[in-house]
Amino acid sequence: MPLNNDADATQDELVQLIAPNGERRSNAAYDRWVSDVDDAGLQALYEDMIVIRRIDAEATALQRQGELALWPPLLGQEAAQIGSGRALREDDFVFSSYRENGVAYCRGVDLTDLLRVWRGNASSGWDPYAINMAPPQVIIGAQTLHATGYAMGVLADGADSVAVTYFGDGATSQGDVNEAMVFAASYQAPVIFFCQNNQWAISEPVRLQAHVPIAHRAPGFGIPSVRVDGNDVLACLAVTREALDRARTGGGPTFIEAVTYRMGPHTTADDPTRYRDANELEDWAAKDPIARLAALLDARGLLSAEVSDAVKATADDVAARLREGCISMPEPQILDVFKHVYSEPNSWLDRQQDHYEQYLTYFDSADADSAASNLSKEANR
Amino acid sequence: MSTMTFGRAINAGLRRAMEDDPKVVLMGEDIGKLGGVFRITDGLQKDFGSHRVLDTPLAESGILGTAVGLAYRGYRPVVEIQFDGFIYPAFDQIVCQVAKLHYRTQGAVKVPLTIRVPFGGGIGSPEHHSESPEAYFTHTSGLRVVSVSNPQDAFVMIQQAIASDDPVLYFEPKRRYHVKGEVDEAVDLNATSMSDARVVTEGSDVTLVTYGPLVPTARDAAIAASDDGVSVEVIDLRSLAPIDFATVEKSVRKTGRLVITHEAAQSGGLGAEIAASITERCFYHLEHAPVRVTGFDIPYPYSKLEFHHLPDLDRILDGVDRALGRSNSLSSRSGLEG
Ligand SMILES: Cc1ncc(C[n+]2csc(CCOP(=O)(O)OP(=O)(O)O)c2C)c(N)n1
Repeated sequence: MPLNNDADATQDELVQLIAPNGERRSNAAYDRWVSDVDDAGLQALYEDMIVIRRIDAEATALQRQGELALWPPLLGQEAAQIGSGRALREDDFVFSSYRENGVAYCRGVDLTDLLRVWRGNASSGWDPYAINMAPPQVIIGAQTLHATGYAMGVLADGADSVAVTYFGDGATSQGDVNEAMVFAASYQAPVIFFCQNNQWAISEPVRLQAHVPIAHRAPGFGIPSVRVDGNDVLACLAVTREALDRARTGGGPTFIEAVTYRMGPHTTADDPTRYRDANELEDWAAKDPIARLAALLDARGLLSAEVSDAVKATADDVAARLREGCISMPEPQILDVFKHVYSEPNSWLDRQQDHYEQYLTYFDSADADSAASNLSKEANR
Repeated sequence: MSTMTFGRAINAGLRRAMEDDPKVVLMGEDIGKLGGVFRITDGLQKDFGSHRVLDTPLAESGILGTAVGLAYRGYRPVVEIQFDGFIYPAFDQIVCQVAKLHYRTQGAVKVPLTIRVPFGGGIGSPEHHSESPEAYFTHTSGLRVVSVSNPQDAFVMIQQAIASDDPVLYFEPKRRYHVKGEVDEAVDLNATSMSDARVVTEGSDVTLVTYGPLVPTARDAAIAASDDGVSVEVIDLRSLAPIDFATVEKSVRKTGRLVITHEAAQSGGLGAEIAASITERCFYHLEHAPVRVTGFDIPYPYSKLEFHHLPDLDRILDGVDRALGRSNSLSSRSGLEG
């Protein structure tokens, strides 16, 4: 059963407003969606991308230093996340997977909250209602259904907010994602399917998941779709704004395929050199989303040393706060493991907690600590 | 005899099965070039080709469903589920299709499918990466469920699972992948059955039943107990469905006391099944109610606290003390503690 590798699921026209060399391309259909983005607006997008790349680098370093158990880098996907994330209104709601730390940044996440899960200190980092973003989803594709259901609720409430769901190219193979599209189309739910096609699902190239461009599937469900250059922040902003407008005005769901590239490993536990060609990385590095916007800014005289320094200072500050928040995060309390399993009392669990509490007392706290560390030694043998 | 890690032993067993039978095909996410996220299939695609070792699309229901189709066609698919928590998207295919096809067709269609599942905790992973879902499957008739605990069993039982005409869930304790052990590759596969439990350590005071990742912990507990003058008989179930109750029964008739330990949550777990079945069989031989030492009835906790959830040496010893009526964490309670 050899895989047919002939079909090229990557070749198709992309919405692009900034060329890889930084040239501004005019586009009759999409320019109007970003006509308000002035010099300061472009500089702000630049700063956002620099900052989230810096967050990513800092978190990766924290993982290497043993402060985080794991980290899923977004390196290379800054434009897709900032372009789409900055298009959203506060009352829109995001359902993402695990890599959308740039989107969480746009939602105003507390920096420490970004790390709680990856440090192993909590099951989720933030209150979803505080930033209108669900906790990161690990089960591939499951969140697309949640977004669709949320959008059905918005519709039923007569509101005009929008649910936006993020997922990868690999996720499009899951039944859940396809079922989400069926529901979204059937109910004309105000939901945006934002697929970051970063070319890889761990070691598997996108051609293993899709025989035609991923965006071509959505029309089969009755959902309009668009392929956008995912390394072009302005184009990502434009297509997302268009989709949001469609959703708010009763036009139903939209599928966006942002064609981008994961420049780092899948997570800090992954070794991409086992499956990926170094040349490919080089080709994509030439399309770097940040370098591209920098070139545009530079050509317009918007990237003075003063501006660069200010952006760098902001990124330094964010990175320092991230690190501080990580290192000073309080350790979880043992009996917290029993909390929030149910919202109402459960006698079985109460009994288990009671027994465990008694067990801990029996050993007294010092013994209990050494029991826990003995086990971790034992487990690692 | 050669020394190899657990993971390597499974790899060697897969290789042997593929050499012996051209109908054996491997399927799963990232199992080709990458060799799987745990490298268990390392090198197999290179040696057997991508028509025998299939990197599949990222779709668990799809993987299991197409494996059923391949089985109709006479193949013996060996499926890798990347992590325990990702078996749930395939749950419907496994419990409604894989488990029932032989029954539905009055035996006409066989489903000689093996589902490899790295399972259990202890490696500091994020959510959905440390689950012990075995009881969902032991509750479903038509499935065989096994769990291996050492490299020799891993090597032999993967081949026996693949050779079985029934669907087999093969649970691999992922925190033990790097444990080394002796493996006799020349062993006669028919000399043992994967359905038989094994007495790991003989003892006379308490029977301690476990499987998979906790077998080494239980063995260590038996050693620690013997320093304390208590003789513990450790049984590695190996097969979780069907369970070799004869071996457990024989032991409990001798010791009169039963402790069961597993990582999975307590309620509705295998410990409950074993306690009930052994009580039925050995009621008049029991000196104490069976004792369970298990994970709590909670979602698998975040990594900083996972070692409180997982039964460890001390919790098992505490359970042994309870079964013996010795001083233990619950002994200040009145009535039956358990
Ligand atoms: C249901 C399920 N199956 C398998 C996995 C393991 N896994 C985690 S990420 C991943 C690849 C995801 O690729 P893609 O959807 O393209 O997203 P990306 O990581 O590239 O952003 C896999 C297979 C999972 N988390 N959930």
